[in-house]
Amino acid sequence: MADPLLRVEKLVRRFGGILATDHVSLDVAKGELHAIIGPNGAGKTTLISQLTGHLAPDTGSVLLAGRDITRLPAYRRSALGLARSFQITSLLLDFTAADNVALAAQAHDGHSFRFFADARQENGLRDAAQAALQRVGLADRAHVLVSKLSHGEQRELELAVALATKPQLLLLDEPMAGLGVTESARMVKLLQELRKEVTIVLVEHDMNAVFALADRISVLVYGRVIASGAPSDIRQNEEVKRAYLGDQHVVVRQ
Amino acid sequence: MLLVIEQVLNGLQFGLLLFLLAAGLTLVFGIMDLVNLAHGSLYMMGAYFAATFAAWTGSFVLGALLALGATLLLGIVLEFTALRHLYGRDHLDHVLATFGLILFFNEAVRLIWGPAGLALPLPSWLTVPVQIFPGIYYPAYRLAIIVVALAVALLLYVGVMRTRIGMLIRAGASNREMIGALGINIKLLYTLVFGLGAALAGLAGLMQAPILTVQIGMGENILILAFVVIVIGGIGSIRGAFLAAIFVGLIDTLGRAFLPNLLRQVLSSADASTAAPALSSMLIYLLMAMVLVVRPEGLFPANKR
Amino acid sequence: MKMLFNVRNAVPTLVVAGLLLLPLYSHLSGNIFILTLFTRIVILALAAASLNLIMGYGGMMSFGHAAYLGIGGYAVGILAQEGFGSGFLQFPVALAASALFALVVGALSLRTRGVYFIMITLAFAQMAYYVASGLARYGGDDGLTIYKRSDFAGLINLSDRVQFYYLCLACLLGVLFLVWRIVNSRFGLVVQGLRSNEQRMQAIGFPATRYKLVCFVIAGTLCGLAGALLANNTDFVSPAIMYWTRSGDLMVMVILGGMGSLFGPVIGAVAFLVLEEILPFIIAIVGTPFVGDAVAGQAGEYWQLVLGPLLLFVVLFGRGGIMGTLGRFSRG
Repeated sequence: MADPLLRVEKLVRRFGGILATDHVSLDVAKGELHAIIGPNGAGKTTLISQLTGHLAPDTGSVLLAGRDITRLPAYRRSALGLARSFQITSLLLDFTAADNVALAAQAHDGHSFRFFADARQENGLRDAAQAALQRVGLADRAHVLVSKLSHGEQRELELAVALATKPQLLLLDEPMAGLGVTESARMVKLLQELRKEVTIVLVEHDMNAVFALADRISVLVYGRVIASGAPSDIRQNEEVKRAYLGDQHVVVRQ
Repeated sequence: MLLVIEQVLNGLQFGLLLFLLAAGLTLVFGIMDLVNLAHGSLYMMGAYFAATFAAWTGSFVLGALLALGATLLLGIVLEFTALRHLYGRDHLDHVLATFGLILFFNEAVRLIWGPAGLALPLPSWLTVPVQIFPGIYYPAYRLAIIVVALAVALLLYVGVMRTRIGMLIRAGASNREMIGALGINIKLLYTLVFGLGAALAGLAGLMQAPILTVQIGMGENILILAFVVIVIGGIGSIRGAFLAAIFVGLIDTLGRAFLPNLLRQVLSSADASTAAPALSSMLIYLLMAMVLVVRPEGLFPANKR
Repeated sequence: MKMLFNVRNAVPTLVVAGLLLLPLYSHLSGNIFILTLFTRIVILALAAASLNLIMGYGGMMSFGHAAYLGIGGYAVGILAQEGFGSGFLQFPVALAASALFALVVGALSLRTRGVYFIMITLAFAQMAYYVASGLARYGGDDGLTIYKRSDFAGLINLSDRVQFYYLCLACLLGVLFLVWRIVNSRFGLVVQGLRSNEQRMQAIGFPATRYKLVCFVIAGTLCGLAGALLANNTDFVSPAIMYWTRSGDLMVMVILGGMGSLFGPVIGAVAFLVLEEILPFIIAIVGTPFVGDAVAGQAGEYWQLVLGPLLLFVVLFGRGGIMGTLGRFSRG
């Protein structure tokens, strides 16, 4: 692949005796929507955490647009255009939805060593926040405290917050976790729109969504990538079927 | 040379006393995740009980034993009525609530025993100097403290390492949720652990009583040292508390003993006598700060969370 | 506008009004003591407000905040002793010294979190305590008497009780105003966000430690101001002001008043210190019908017996301190 946006090279991470990330390598092209799937405990979140800088790998490297970001802390990677949504909703619960998104916009709008002016009156930030909320369909919930939002709305807010940082690469860790049928459909539609603007790495369990959205899929089992390629190839891959359902055939809706 | 040996023994004795106090604190902190500032108050109560019971019964040893029982009981009552409601709460809540308990205990003591403080005289058989090496004498009582504290440390070690209850305690220190899942009566375990900690604190208090006066507020000064010890040693770790306590005890005692003379080489006598104790106290905090910056989990952490 | 008139807003308004009018009351009733008492309360409220900035808004539980009271106080005391009586020198030095200490302590302490952060801030405060008690030239353990209050070249006379009181009150109100602006500014939102969810804040691009450190330094500096004022108030400074239990007192004031609320520290300081003075009377008055004059009077001396369990009660049942409880009342 010529100049991938994200290149992961032989990433290794151990926890005591457990090899959580086993020499993982993958490439994500610009504009691609790359899904990472795998059974529970495969080490997907561990992998994402190493990509975003919340966890340091033991060996291996991560390159963003050709630049080595392996040892960079999370906040530096965010500045370089890497945004993340969390598997377990991680928002500022005692702030409103608008506040959460505005803060994300604020982080990328110069420094925040301003001590006097009311930040909530900064039109630039508030407008950007409103736009992001509009995008994910939460515009009318802007002034609700996050703790009072439904689970589905919180997942959507996670996405809005990530978008507000104007990323070039979006790492989404199970954005559909805990969503009902309607909400999932809405999220899939949203991701279909977003993929035209930003490169996406999507960790998901929801196979319908994965096969509907992904350009390419990598399968992670016990910390190792056992298969990587087009959805149709993955669907027929014997090893993948075995990993998910033992020796029975995987049934996936067309 | 004599002086050095004597001071090393004093340091050991102080360190062992600190260990008794720190052991209870680190157990309660490690297992119940409870920051108990009132631990120093239990230390104080041990001393006050001992002085009172010794005066009533006329026997030092009997008074000490009764005081131990009383402090154990007090600890259990305290845990049962007040402290168990704090489990699972923010550490800040613990700080506020147990700080309130410190105020309460100090005032209660003032109410019952008056503001003046008490004395706990030693029986004659404990005041004689004992010859430990040819030509080297050491007060019998201080030796007794070392022996008793070491015995308790050994009992603790055996109890924590070799018995079922000890296993539960160690498991609890490294993974709280797990022991709950094992179906053990958590509430009883917690009460017992707290009682044990209280008894250890009381023991430290009553043993220290004949050496320093028994007075209100004696808990606050030593409590802070106990916290330093468990932070250096690693929260939840008895072994860590033991090693750190000996270390801190030695530094503090040797510092107080030899620093004044060292300082007199460079400062005037008056300046040196004021600066020396301050400097030796500072050393301990400096040490803790260094440990925290370099190895925040302590030197011998109990858990690998 | 409709939100303005409720219990939660009424109490701070009344308190501030009361504080403004206090010297008038003192003058009319001839009660000097109440003026000196409230000067102390106002100064400690300032200290509590500075602690609230890092504790209530920033989520940094510092157990060594009383150190800045000492640093500010000793700046005034030491300079006074060495013949530099001008307030125009003493106060800036107090602020600068506090800022520097906060910078060093913060830079080292903020590498830890949770209870370790509490312990290390406590350690540094104890070190400051011991440094002060080791300085024979400046009184050591016995403390340092300040024979002449800070001289502001006729601008304001600190020895005049009423002028000094209004200076302290002005400082308190000024600090509260400052905290109000800071908390709603870009910087303040970041700090509050860090308290709420640091991992999330890092993920969206904020270098956490940098912001927390600046907040820590601001809080320390403001407390240094309180220290300089306190030294003037008591004409004396000693290491005891920095002992860890004094940091505990400040924490209690902040928590009692309601963490993260603007007027919480003021309410907390007033409540804590007034209780200290009044509880004996209350106990005596309430107790007299039951147990007679003498015993009730005696019982009044043991006010801390009540304060202790009272604090316990507040922790267990009064979430959010006094302001929080009032807030629940006004929401109905």
